[in-house]
Amino acid sequence: MSVVAVQLGQCGNQIGYELFDVIGSDLHNTSGLYSNRENESYQTACKERFFSKEASGVPVAQAVLVDMEPKVISQTLSMAERSGRWKYDHLSQFSQKQGSGNNWANGYCVHGPKHKEAIMDLVQREVEKCDRLSGFLTTMSLAGGTGSGLGTYVTQCLREYYPNSFLLNQVIWPYGTGEVIVQNYNSILTLSHLYQSSDALLVHENDTIHKICAQLMNIKQISFRDINKVLAHQVGSVFQPTYSTEGASCYSRNPLGDFMVSLVPHVEFKILGLCNIPQMSENSLAYSSFTWPGLLKHLRQMLIANAKMEEGINWQVRSPSSRIPGAAKVSVIKKLNFNTSLANLVVLRGKDVHTARVDAFKDPRLYTSWLTPNDAFSIWTTPRVFNKYEKSATLVSNSQFLLKPLDNIVGKAWNMFASKAYVHQYTKFGIEEEDFLNSFTALEQVISIYSSL
Amino acid sequence: MLEYLGYKNTYVGQCGNQIGCRFWDLALREHAAVNKKGVYDEALSSFFRNVDTRVDVNDGTNVQRRKICSLKARAVLIDMEESVVNEILQGPLKDLFDSKQLITDVSGSGNNWAVGHKVYGGQYREQIVEKLRRAAEQCDCLQCFFVIHSMGGGTGSGLGTFVLNTLEEEFPEVYRFVTSVYPSAEDDVITSPYNSVLAMKELTEHADCVLPIENQALVEIVNKIYHMTNSGNARIGVKQKSLVSSSKGCVKETEKPFDTMNNIVATLLLHLTSSARFEGSLNMDLNEISMNLVPFPQLHYLTSSLTPLYSLADVSVPSRRLDQMFSDAFSKDYQLIQADPKHNLYLACALLVRGNVQVSDLRRNIERLKPSLHFVSWNQDAWKTGLCSVPPVGHSHSLLALANNTCVKPTFMELRDRFSKLYKKKAHLHHYLHVNGMEQSCFTEALSSLASLIEEYDQLDATKGMSISDPPRLNVAV
Repeated sequence: MSVVAVQLGQCGNQIGYELFDVIGSDLHNTSGLYSNRENESYQTACKERFFSKEASGVPVAQAVLVDMEPKVISQTLSMAERSGRWKYDHLSQFSQKQGSGNNWANGYCVHGPKHKEAIMDLVQREVEKCDRLSGFLTTMSLAGGTGSGLGTYVTQCLREYYPNSFLLNQVIWPYGTGEVIVQNYNSILTLSHLYQSSDALLVHENDTIHKICAQLMNIKQISFRDINKVLAHQVGSVFQPTYSTEGASCYSRNPLGDFMVSLVPHVEFKILGLCNIPQMSENSLAYSSFTWPGLLKHLRQMLIANAKMEEGINWQVRSPSSRIPGAAKVSVIKKLNFNTSLANLVVLRGKDVHTARVDAFKDPRLYTSWLTPNDAFSIWTTPRVFNKYEKSATLVSNSQFLLKPLDNIVGKAWNMFASKAYVHQYTKFGIEEEDFLNSFTALEQVISIYSSL
Repeated sequence: MLEYLGYKNTYVGQCGNQIGCRFWDLALREHAAVNKKGVYDEALSSFFRNVDTRVDVNDGTNVQRRKICSLKARAVLIDMEESVVNEILQGPLKDLFDSKQLITDVSGSGNNWAVGHKVYGGQYREQIVEKLRRAAEQCDCLQCFFVIHSMGGGTGSGLGTFVLNTLEEEFPEVYRFVTSVYPSAEDDVITSPYNSVLAMKELTEHADCVLPIENQALVEIVNKIYHMTNSGNARIGVKQKSLVSSSKGCVKETEKPFDTMNNIVATLLLHLTSSARFEGSLNMDLNEISMNLVPFPQLHYLTSSLTPLYSLADVSVPSRRLDQMFSDAFSKDYQLIQADPKHNLYLACALLVRGNVQVSDLRRNIERLKPSLHFVSWNQDAWKTGLCSVPPVGHSHSLLALANNTCVKPTFMELRDRFSKLYKKKAHLHHYLHVNGMEQSCFTEALSSLASLIEEYDQLDATKGMSISDPPRLNVAV
């Protein structure tokens, strides 16, 4: 079954490109650590998920590119063409001449309805190329206007047109400061609406990935390209083919379905985050070796201490020794900074993967009281290596990890809203103060239910 | 095929046209440096039409990616006397304009806002609308009007703000950016306080963004550049053609005294539009500027600063020097109005960077500079950034900082004082009042409009340094 990617806005298109590029180059990866048969079925599964065939033999990405200004898309198309490994269908793009001006309302109320038909036609065209549709993977930033506003609108249309398909929104969480001044407004409007339409939100935080680039990848002058590459690597390591049940004889054919079943056990909890190890520059990689117990021990601590990268993990955080009911539990957990999960998925790729033991992730103390570890934990594996890493482990988590950033963004937007700053820029395009209030309410609710895990 | 944006520039009055002339000169130079093949590309199409003069093509049919035939500026030039426009038409840039883009008269506005706004406005309205419409139809997607004018004289302030109002009536959807040159205190036009205050009311009500520029600030920047380049310090070795103010390499051979100052303003406009014309890793459209920098409708006056003013001889840029560029942009010596943003309150700030600068450079500098700046309590992270990969000619990188800062207030207060001094004595009032449609109430309304603007800044200033507790958050029942 296939996934159709929908790339929205400058950020969505740049990241979408890097994601296909990672997948495309992994497809042609030839380090000989697995059998030929394994490799062939991996490649077949990968192509089925993300690419359609073309007479020339070059895989064509199953993607729709949407932006309100032309420069980024034209650059993206030609970069893919030049890679030689894969390309975009040049007919699957939609662009206009003038951007949304960082205004969610402009994207949602003006550009969305105006271009709905054209965009949904492109989507349908891509869908018809698939033998069977697993669902949609959209990529958009929360900060800007096109990705956030138009992206929200397109997500709602996807839900309306394809009610039975899975819908995963990748959202890029803006830097705490320094990108777009109205980013907190745009973010709360997007998040509250997506929470209604989407099956799950996979959140990538710019600040976290920036840190990974600086501290783990050792990049001196970090560009958006560097950040997007790291992000694409993380996402690729989840969605490349895996065996999703123990002893399965073929690669999972419904990546988005398996993903939702594993990670979204309750409809009110749909915020997902991901982290992976190892993550390092190619130079250091040549001198490093890893063991599964070592990697998994670190990954577990990253989960419970809510560390999004391997460096600077707080090893003081321990799982609560016993379950203390009620209020006492909350305060103890707060003190320990313990990150409680609803559901976790671990993806392991590489050599001797059958020897890896993940029992530490099945500890009931990691999870909320109303789910058993059996329901809350899933593992996907493959012996095939991913992107030059002999062994790699990725964790996707539905947990309290986003509470602080979410609380922060809602708080900042609320302060701004209290002084009515910038509100006129939004009402000009057709949303009301009431809409802001609804968004605030919806997100306070999300904060509150995640806090009570 | 992708299509292009269009900008329309409108110059009103002598000052506006002189700046405009410098702008087209520099814009041609910038595109010539980037576009070596002489192809009419998207970047070029933002400001220029490509017209084949051999065939009488009707407009609006600019084919993309053609060879450049004859470039026409997307502009309308308006002046109520002929000398400056005539000079342009006889100069090397004459081919950029045709008669359909010009509106002139012979008698001038006599430094009287009322003559420009009421007399000439009424008289030329139809012509203005027609020429604006025509120029607008030649754009595929009209994004923005730039109006460039001065505040002190009669034509720029009076007719300029009339044009602004006309734009709002005729093209309500299109953004209106105004570059206004404010007179200095020792202005030789005695009625300049009247003209400026009358014009201010129109700017406050009808513009989306105003970039105030002060003559005196430009003079000081020019002196500073002169001092740096002529200090005889051989070690520094300023690179040729790298001055912000330089005309070298331009079509014009001899520089006139105002050229240097006008070049600075023209460069400001080039930087402002660079991200929309050229590609970059973080694009910034013009409509994003008012979206991010204008929290309340009236407070749309943005101070600007350009750095570096010149680039030093060596091409490789140590990060120290890159950081200096960011520091300078916040110093009062580099502001295009006489103001000190560092000691006043920021509502919002935008950094438009060109050249080889990455997001990590931006973040490092924002973190470094932030502690020394005061931001309004509800907008502590008020930074907007843009990265355009094409640097200006002769530089490896450049920065345009735009700030919505209460430091504009003193300029407005001084203007009000000078206005009041004249108005108390009713000096020169009769010159205005005998113009049809001009009433005493025009003066009182303009003055109270300015007063309420100043009052808004006062209220914000009052919050500076106060510790303001966050408003209580919404309570939700789970």
